[in-house]
Amino acid sequence: MNADFAAVSGVVAAVHRAEWGRIVSGLIRLTGDWALAEDAAQDAFATALERWPEGGIPGNPAAWLALTARNKAIDRLRSAGTERRKLGEIAALEEVGIFGEVGMPTIETDIEDDRLRLIFTCCHPALPLPARVALTLRTVAGLTVAEIASAFLVPETTMAQRLVRARRKIENAGIPYRIPPAELLEERLDGVLAVLYLVFNEGYSSRSHLAATALDLATAVVDLMPLESEARGLLALMLLQNSRRGARVSGGELLTIEEQDRSFWDAADIQRGLAMLASARDRGAYVLQASLAACHARASSAETTDWRRIVALYDELLVRTPSPVIELNRAIAIGMRDGPDAGLALIDALEPRLLGYRLVPAAQADLLRRAGRTSAAAARYREALALTTDPADHAQLERRLAELEA
Amino acid sequence: MEYMLFIASDQNPEPGVEQPGEIQAWVEEGRQRGISIRGDRLRPIEDATTVRVRGGELLVTDGPFTESKEWIAGYDLIECTDLDQAIDYVSRHPMAKFGRIEIRPMWPLDL
Repeated sequence: MNADFAAVSGVVAAVHRAEWGRIVSGLIRLTGDWALAEDAAQDAFATALERWPEGGIPGNPAAWLALTARNKAIDRLRSAGTERRKLGEIAALEEVGIFGEVGMPTIETDIEDDRLRLIFTCCHPALPLPARVALTLRTVAGLTVAEIASAFLVPETTMAQRLVRARRKIENAGIPYRIPPAELLEERLDGVLAVLYLVFNEGYSSRSHLAATALDLATAVVDLMPLESEARGLLALMLLQNSRRGARVSGGELLTIEEQDRSFWDAADIQRGLAMLASARDRGAYVLQASLAACHARASSAETTDWRRIVALYDELLVRTPSPVIELNRAIAIGMRDGPDAGLALIDALEPRLLGYRLVPAAQADLLRRAGRTSAAAARYREALALTTDPADHAQLERRLAELEA
Repeated sequence: MEYMLFIASDQNPEPGVEQPGEIQAWVEEGRQRGISIRGDRLRPIEDATTVRVRGGELLVTDGPFTESKEWIAGYDLIECTDLDQAIDYVSRHPMAKFGRIEIRPMWPLDL
C-alpha cells in the first residue's frame, strides 16, 4: 500500500511534534544514555520517512515510531558491545509494557512522568542557561542541532559542543533524572518556565519556528502539571503576545501596541490566551503579566484600554518582583490614566536608577509629545536614538521624530 | 556520588558572622541523614607553600600559586545520592552564607 509522500511527511511531522519528547525520555530512562536516546529517536523518524511511502502509514504511527526507536537503541547498544545482561534488562522492561505501548492507559502516567522528568532535568539550574535552552530544544522539542545553532546564530559545531558538555555534566555531576520533590518543585518549575519564555522571546521577534516550539512546550507543561497556575500564566502570556505578531511590524518598523492595527491580531490566539488565563487560580508573576496583556487584548483601542486596571496590575506585580523597568511601565500607564504630566513626574524620579536605558527617554518623548511639548519631545527622541542599536527600534524612533518635526 | 566541597571566601558575603555551633550542627545533620562527611579547615594562605618542577629544577615559593582575593578556607568530602541532595545539604553550611561553596564531583582514577 503506497502512501503519498506529502501525507507521510505530514504524519511524521505531526508525530515528531507530539511524541519526540516522550520517545526520547522513555529511551533515556531505559538506557541512561542521552546521546544514544536522541540518536535512536532520530533514526526511527528517518526510517519512517524512508519506509512509509512504500509500505504505507501504520495504524498507530506513534507506537510504531516508539517501538522502532527502542529497536534502534538496542541495535546501537549491541554494536557498541553492551553486555547481554543490560540488553536483557531493556528487553524485559519492554515486555512488561513499560515502554513502547504509546496510548495504553495503564502506563500513560509513567510515560507522562518521563516527559516531565526530561524537561526538569534539561532545565536544572546547575547547567549554564544557554545549555538548558539548547538541551530543551534538542531533547524535549526534537529540533536538530543545525536548527538550534541557526536560531541562536552560533556555528553548528559550537552548538553540538554545548550539547555534548551539557549531557556530560548531567552524568558526571550526578544531576538526577527526575521530577523534583515537592519542596523544590516551585523553584525548579520557575526555572523551566524561564527557559520556555526565553525560547519564546527569541522566536517572537523574527524566528517564528522557535515561538511555535515554545508554545508547544508550554502547552505540554500545562497538560502535565494542570494545577500549576504559573505554567498556565506563562502559556496565556505567550498566546496573547503571539496574537500580536502579525501586527507589530510594518515596513521594517516596530509598532507599539497603540499604533498596531488591531484587526491583524489573531483572534484564535487571544481566545485561547484569555481562556488559559481564566483557568489559572493563583496570581503569580506570569499570571499578572498575562493579565496585563489581556487588558490590551480586550480593548479596541489605546483610548478604551482599562488603564486603571493596568496600573493596579503593575502595583501587584511590583510587590512580587520589584524592578525599575516595571516601575517605568507603571509610570507610562499612569501617564495614560491621569495624563502625561503625572507619568513624566514618576519617570523623572525613576531616571537615576535606569541611566542609559533607552526606553526611559523614549517613554518621556512619547509623553511630552502627547502633552504638546514638541521641542522637548524631539530632544528626548534624539537621546533615545543614541541609545538604540536595534534597526526596527531605530526606525520607529526616527519616524516619530520626523512626525514631530513635520 | 562522591563530591568534594571547596569552602571558599567570597567578596560579597552575607552580613554577619558564623555563630558558634553552626558547623557542628551541619556535620550532625549530615550524620543523621546518612551523608558521610570527611573534611576540615585549611590554614590561611600565609602558611601555604607552592611547589613546581621546571626543567628538572625544584621551585619552592611562599603562598598560593596565584594572587587571589578569594581563597579556599576548607574542604569536605561528601557522599550523596545525587547533585540535588548535595545542593540541599550544602545550602545549610554556614559558609554558604559567609563565603561560597563549590561542589566538584569526584573523578576516580581507580589506581
